[in-house]
Amino acid sequence: MDTYSIHNENNMETFRNGMKDGIPIALGYLAVSFSLGIAAKNVGLTPFQGFLVSILCNASAGEYAGFTSIGAMAAYLEIALATLVANVRYMLMSCAMSQRLDSKMPFFHRFIMAFHVTDELFGIAIARPGYLNPYYSYGAALIASPAWGIGTMLGVIAGNMLPVRLVSAFSVALYGMFLAVIIPPARKSRIVAGLIIISFVLSYLAATVPVVRELSEGTRTIILTVVIASVAAIIFPVPNFDNKEVAEDE
Amino acid sequence: MNNYIYILIMAVVTYAIRVLPLTLIKGQIKNRFLQSFLYYVPYVTLAVMTFPAIVNATQSTVSGIAALVIGIVVAWFGFDLFKTAVSCCLIVLILEMFLC
Repeated sequence: MDTYSIHNENNMETFRNGMKDGIPIALGYLAVSFSLGIAAKNVGLTPFQGFLVSILCNASAGEYAGFTSIGAMAAYLEIALATLVANVRYMLMSCAMSQRLDSKMPFFHRFIMAFHVTDELFGIAIARPGYLNPYYSYGAALIASPAWGIGTMLGVIAGNMLPVRLVSAFSVALYGMFLAVIIPPARKSRIVAGLIIISFVLSYLAATVPVVRELSEGTRTIILTVVIASVAAIIFPVPNFDNKEVAEDE
Repeated sequence: MNNYIYILIMAVVTYAIRVLPLTLIKGQIKNRFLQSFLYYVPYVTLAVMTFPAIVNATQSTVSGIAALVIGIVVAWFGFDLFKTAVSCCLIVLILEMFLC
């Protein structure tokens, strides 16, 4: 009868499958969010605040951009812009997800599903055939999301206690994760590879050249992203955009 | 500047980015510039945030550069997010035993 009812036994089974698939993601989240916690600590957030950011935002680059803005005591508009730009890829993922939802699915599910559009949870959801089942996403998020918040909190707490050597090592985990997102598509597309190199060079110059380097890191990221991506979009328009292409970004 | 206001702004903006496309879009996006711009943004913004920040994150510049190189190599060969991140951490840990 009711395909999307919580009382439907199939949905409960799907929910349990989601929880199972959420376990390896949770383990990865614990380690990576730990380094995010160190970044949070460095800009003066408390363990509770670190936990709160992660449980509310479920983002990596976006949270990091936010922390950078907090560290620079940025204006509220600036932190909003920095968060927006660093999270634009989630907009892309949500766009892709919107194409995979059943129009018969009760609308309120969209509001809950939106909360957990992350690289990994989007990746495992979109990899399943057919319309997305919200209960699968809920199961995975239920396991993975608390790990993200707890890992961040532990990072803020233990960032103080760990030896400097370990903190130094953990602090690159986040960048390693960013590389894991951008490098595989660079292997498939020379345009993406070229853009990454150009981004590295311009980012280095922006951090070095007098006057420009006085701008906050968040502002520099926003300006560089909008300029480079706009120019790329004009010179190399993407031929066709579909779910498959976005799914491959994982 | 209050940290809780910062956190609230981050949470609202992040949720809005995810919920608006999911609730507003019912058909395919047609505008080609917008499609292309959205397609390139993730790569550009993550690349900009990674370098030169990764080099300055560690105790020694050398280990930061090594983490960058190892991360690129490991990700290039298709290892997942978790393994790439761990490889970067390990190379820093090992090198700094000698460097620092």
